[in-house]
Amino acid sequence: MKNNTYKHLQFILFMSLGITVFYSCERGFSDDVQFATFSNTGDIFTDGPIGLGSDFYFPFMGSKATAASFTDENGFESEVAIRIDVPNADDPEGSFAGAILRIDGSGRDLTGFDALTFYAKASQGVVIGEIGFGQDFLENRFQVTRTNLSLSTQWTKYIIPIPDPSRLIEERGMLWYSAGTDDTDGLGYSFFLDEIRFEKLGTIAQPSPAILNGVDAEQTGFVNIPLELSGLTQTFNTASGENITVIATPAYFDFESTDIEVARVSELGIVSVVGLGQATITGSIGNVAAAGSLALDVTGSFDFAPIPPPRDPDDVISIFSDAYANVPVDFFNGFFTDGFQTTEGGAPPIDVNGDAIINYTMLNFVGIGTFEEVPSIDATEMTTLHIDIKVNENIDPGDFITIELLNSVGTNETSGSVTFNASTFITDEWVGLDIPLDDFGLADRSQIGLLFFISDATISDIFVDNIYYFR
Amino acid sequence: MKTKKKMKNSIRHISERRILFLTFLLLLSCYGCETDDEQTVAMFTTNLVLAEEFDTDGIPNAEVWGYDIGTGPNGDGWGNQELQYYTDRTDNVTVQNGVLLITAKEEPFEGASYTSARLLTKDLFEQRYGRFEARIRLPFGQGIWPAFWMLGADIDENPWPAAGEIDIMEYRGQEPTKILGSVHGPGYSAGAAISKEFNLENDRFDTGFHIFGIEWGPEFVNFYVDDMLYNQITPEDVTGPWVFDKPFFILINVAVGGTFVGAPNEETVFPQTMLIDYVRVYENTNTN
Repeated sequence: MKNNTYKHLQFILFMSLGITVFYSCERGFSDDVQFATFSNTGDIFTDGPIGLGSDFYFPFMGSKATAASFTDENGFESEVAIRIDVPNADDPEGSFAGAILRIDGSGRDLTGFDALTFYAKASQGVVIGEIGFGQDFLENRFQVTRTNLSLSTQWTKYIIPIPDPSRLIEERGMLWYSAGTDDTDGLGYSFFLDEIRFEKLGTIAQPSPAILNGVDAEQTGFVNIPLELSGLTQTFNTASGENITVIATPAYFDFESTDIEVARVSELGIVSVVGLGQATITGSIGNVAAAGSLALDVTGSFDFAPIPPPRDPDDVISIFSDAYANVPVDFFNGFFTDGFQTTEGGAPPIDVNGDAIINYTMLNFVGIGTFEEVPSIDATEMTTLHIDIKVNENIDPGDFITIELLNSVGTNETSGSVTFNASTFITDEWVGLDIPLDDFGLADRSQIGLLFFISDATISDIFVDNIYYFR
Repeated sequence: MKTKKKMKNSIRHISERRILFLTFLLLLSCYGCETDDEQTVAMFTTNLVLAEEFDTDGIPNAEVWGYDIGTGPNGDGWGNQELQYYTDRTDNVTVQNGVLLITAKEEPFEGASYTSARLLTKDLFEQRYGRFEARIRLPFGQGIWPAFWMLGADIDENPWPAAGEIDIMEYRGQEPTKILGSVHGPGYSAGAAISKEFNLENDRFDTGFHIFGIEWGPEFVNFYVDDMLYNQITPEDVTGPWVFDKPFFILINVAVGGTFVGAPNEETVFPQTMLIDYVRVYENTNTN
């Protein structure tokens, strides 16, 4: 009786297997299709580099090329470790240590792993700026970065989770790091790495990806002005209960737009704005929805300020313009911490498809500084100050913007101002101001250190472009 | 006694293995890409006497499950400074798609900052000895404290710890690879409980279902995770009288905070849900 059951079962079994083979879950590929398969070795460095080929170490530009060496003094459960000597900040051969380890040959299939792991310690307690994998000095398509890794003087195991292993069919960038001396007063130190490998820990779980650092942002979009998605991260919970967040490249994400006739996203995380309307951009990694979104309201094309006319360089001192060579400035927003300034923006200026524009928001007053680290401006020979301003809001009759210049900031300081009332400005349109410098009433304009925009919050959102003195 | 029982188990294993293998292949071939969620665990010869499979959506079977409500008889978080208020609302306890869901939420409720649920079979199902098991997927995160456990059914007359407590599974959300199995009794309760930790290798308890079980007989309690026996506690192991020779009832709950786990932190994600696929109890025909 029992044997009969077995036979019966086996019959069903073989029938089922047959069905499985022919009707498997998904449409199969024909037998002619051969997928290339790459090494699925996980080890990168144990008692020496493993399977990296001969030419695998590439230092970053500006780093000390000789920072890394093999040492047999400090291995973790092994003979040899990697020693990295982070140079002093004033080292003429390079001010930091940083490099990639790239396989000299074809990449590895990392789909069977869930993390890069290694043991590390340092000559002193120190925080390593960046360490990760996937940087290959080619496309860096699947670059992963763990920032601010805190090393102690004892060997400790560290984990860098793979945001989505299924993407890593052939990866050459096995490890990269960048370590400086910002936290050590410019003084060098050493750190050691050993037992570096990709592993299947099985305990990397509860993924919570994010775009825009998890913020639901709303923004005005402009046709043909692309935007870049930033703040892309993946976070996993690990066996120790610790959440580990890594910075992930856009290629790990799937992006979606609620209306691709308005905006669509490339694999590189670039949002192309293609039509009028509203579209919300969201992302996911491996079918897990990312926190954060970008809601775009596209009402037209971006309105740029008029391009200033060509001028003899001797006739212009440009503070902020893409048309002329600019002089250095200390800041476009001093963020004066006297408790009165509310103004945001200008730090840095926004980049609209390669064109820099200052967007001051919550404006009450704000200063552009040229008196701290950079030379003050000698406008003695100039006659006129030009500024393009676009007010991005409704203008009330009492609104105004005052432009004020300060000469010789701090010592024998003098100032002068010119005020433009509401009738000067037009909502959402660029207005070019050409202000005779004599109108500021300054006896001396040879050391101009601050240029103020003052609205007393009557006008709070403006674009500013093409700030220059000319004659 | 011990050796004999083990022998018996391994013989059964061999005879079962072939059927299991065929069943497995069969399932694999029939369901192609679906994961196989059938798990079978070694057990002694028994009768199934309680099978709560949670196949009916809605309120759990009222003939088996009651509820503890509130923050404990003394309002002190059930003696552990737990932070949740237990309710029987469907927000906190419900059956859906074949599983019982116990959900801990972060919300102001009756003076507490969290709500959750605690189910118990007191006066509804109580048994001495046998195999008690549940197939559970656990939640995770700092301060989350789920448990599948039992108390002596005479607890009203014979207050804790004299009534006895068997913790089939206790878990700290911040240690997602570890569970604890323990017994508490007079002279060995709370921090002095007789306890053993089980660490799941290369896996964790919040990403898939696992079976947590005990096999309990005269003078022994065996603790299992899936098919792994990881501890046996006998009268020799406890530092007081053995109180595990009378009926016990079952409790299942998700606590938030408390002395065992500490409070949740800013990284703890809410809500957190424990999924219980089934609770089954067998009696051992030889010992009951």
